[in-house]
Amino acid sequence: MNKTSRREALKSLLLAPLAAGVASATGCATGGAVNWNELPREYSYGRTEAERQRDRELFAETYFSEHELVTIAVLCDIILPSEHPNGGALDAGLPDFVEFIVKDRENLKLPVRGGIAWLDSYAIGEFGADFVNIGEAQRLAICDRIAWPDVGDLALRPGIRFFSLMRDLTLTGYYTTEHGFRDLGYQGNVANVWDGVPEQTLQRHGMRYEPEWLEKCVDQSRRDIIASWDDDMNPTS
Amino acid sequence: MSAADPYDAIVVGSGAGGGMATWALARAGLRVALVEAGPWYDPADEAQRTQFRYPWESPRRGASTRLRPFGDFNACIGGWELDGEPFTTADDTDFMWWRARMLGGRTNHWGRISLRFGPLDFKRRDIDGLGDNWPIGYEDLKPWYDKVDKLVGVFGTNEGLPNDPDGFFLPPPKPRLHELYYIRGARRAGIPVYPSRLSILTKRINSERGVCVYCRQCSRACGLHADFSSSTVLIYPAVATGRVDVYSNTMVRKVDTGADGRATGVSCIDRENRRELRLNGRTVVLAASACSSARILLNSISAQHTSGLGNSGGHVGRYLHDSTGASRAAFLPELMDRDVYNEDGVGGMHVYTPWWLEDAQLDFARGYHLEIGGGMNMPSYGFGFAANQYKRFLGERVGGYGNGLRDDVRRFYGSRLSIACRGESVPQYGNYCELDPNVVDEWGIPALRFHYRWTGQEINQARHMQDTMEELLEAAGGVLLGGKPGPERQYGLTRPGEIIHEVGTTRMGDDPATSVTNRFGQLHDADNVFVADAGTFVSQADKNPTWTILALAWRTSEHIVEQMRQRNL
Repeated sequence: MNKTSRREALKSLLLAPLAAGVASATGCATGGAVNWNELPREYSYGRTEAERQRDRELFAETYFSEHELVTIAVLCDIILPSEHPNGGALDAGLPDFVEFIVKDRENLKLPVRGGIAWLDSYAIGEFGADFVNIGEAQRLAICDRIAWPDVGDLALRPGIRFFSLMRDLTLTGYYTTEHGFRDLGYQGNVANVWDGVPEQTLQRHGMRYEPEWLEKCVDQSRRDIIASWDDDMNPTS
Repeated sequence: MSAADPYDAIVVGSGAGGGMATWALARAGLRVALVEAGPWYDPADEAQRTQFRYPWESPRRGASTRLRPFGDFNACIGGWELDGEPFTTADDTDFMWWRARMLGGRTNHWGRISLRFGPLDFKRRDIDGLGDNWPIGYEDLKPWYDKVDKLVGVFGTNEGLPNDPDGFFLPPPKPRLHELYYIRGARRAGIPVYPSRLSILTKRINSERGVCVYCRQCSRACGLHADFSSSTVLIYPAVATGRVDVYSNTMVRKVDTGADGRATGVSCIDRENRRELRLNGRTVVLAASACSSARILLNSISAQHTSGLGNSGGHVGRYLHDSTGASRAAFLPELMDRDVYNEDGVGGMHVYTPWWLEDAQLDFARGYHLEIGGGMNMPSYGFGFAANQYKRFLGERVGGYGNGLRDDVRRFYGSRLSIACRGESVPQYGNYCELDPNVVDEWGIPALRFHYRWTGQEINQARHMQDTMEELLEAAGGVLLGGKPGPERQYGLTRPGEIIHEVGTTRMGDDPATSVTNRFGQLHDADNVFVADAGTFVSQADKNPTWTILALAWRTSEHIVEQMRQRNL
């Protein structure tokens, strides 16, 4: 893939001409390029030697062809486009995540590879070229047919299954990044002192703490005082 | 001391029981060898830390692996399958066996649910005529539970319940929003609900350990040592006495016995260099987990103990039993489009429902409790799967693509309420583990073979669990998710072993013909060999076993010290 900027790459992807009749098994999409933020390949988070070894092997393994990886990138970008203040799938490095997780979870390998093959076959049948080499409107037309699991068309079932899987992987891969955390507004994973549901939230839900319950709960202003009890098990601190 | 000098005690296994024995014995002045099959571990060590990691710090975002089946940020190294350490099952058996391989054992990932057994739990045979009574009662163990509460720390509330005893509790945290919905549902259904009881420090308990900072990550082990794990609370202080040698990465093969039939030490193998090692000891305390301790005993065959040590009555490995389990979840429309704030809380539920139908006429014998889940959890692998499936409950179309998915994710974030039941099974002589004569592990130790089937008691109990969970979830305003499992799936009953509460394999009793140890965990067949894990449980209540393991192990340790003082050991 060319080292063009992501936006430039998207532009070239969007402007790609219809490559009629050409179903390339390998090679970059649309004669242009699709780029994404690359994810790190080195991690350190309390691993044992056996775990480090396993991850080294996974990173060294090549499973997807470049064509498959580009197809994954194009799909991820359709599912969560980059035109959003919090960034999209390509900003979050989704193709790298999908590549890794598929190698890590063997049972994903065939569904993703076979899904891409189904998608290309369907695109060739409908529009004369594999998925990444048809026009954007044509790609979206295909997605419109396979993005809704309630569609009963038996012939589309493999595509629907595959698209659902790619949607799952894209969303999970996105919402486990800083982009996704920002999008969700997640505020945890930090040291803090939990002192109950915010008052306005309680009101919004028409909830209140039962006074007898609340009486038993920790007084957070006394959390650092060493606990003590009387002989009858009553807290005295 | 020279290598040939015997230790006062050799403790095998460093989980709740082994940690407590090591701490109590070392504190009493004994020289202790602690033998652990896995490596040394400290969650405060940056090289081993998983707490406070963001999902993107892992290439798999916290997804499970073979070495960490509960997710790759989980602290516990071990698994359902271990390389080089097989186990087998009889044809009619579907048993799961969790083994930890690290300092602190499975206390590194347990749910911290810390429930005393109640008076009725020791005498179930008197009530329903099934199984057997414990040789001891609540009054025997109460002083030890009291001591454990104060030493280890547990939050909860004194409610004066007849079979869920009061304790020396730290104050509990306030409920989260989904828990308020559960409370509302329970009140409507007329089912009790109370603050949960977890060994997490909501207040300082001493100057060494920290106080909870509400990250909900106890399962990743706490670098502040603000929750209970055996290593942080018991083993480090024990080692600090200078009287404990820790043999990590060392696997015990068997207990060695002398001509008098008493133990002289243990034979082990150093897993790193495959070298055989022998440790001499005046006493041996087995706390390798119920099944692993049974395995060591069964493998300790000698001229004096021809069917294995402690097995003259043929009861080692017998009466293996695990908790029952079933679960269900619901979508709470009232929790759509939530205010987002930090709702992590402690690493587990803030509220729970203990068994409440002791006096009811039911078609099963023993009870269960309910554990509550939900809230705005930190995303990890799996978050966003079937992201907008709840739209079908709103008459909207599920699926699609594009930025609208973001709205769906936010809309349904934290709108799920789940319940997991944990119940008591009836111990069976016919549920057991034994040495498989045809299979060894890579150390040449015979593998365990399991025989285990649920009875109608557990299956009927699971049916009741399902009815209860439906009632509660709907009363809380929930729309039930998934189908209700029926008889074809044993009402969603978990597999034996799956709850990781396996107990009973070396049960205590006054009669050597029907039990393996006496009421102090001391083998009937060898008075200097003790069991300090859950193997000694005669029955296990619907209560999670850790608090009782700790109380029994402390009691056993004091008994050892006392017997040594009296020169009986």
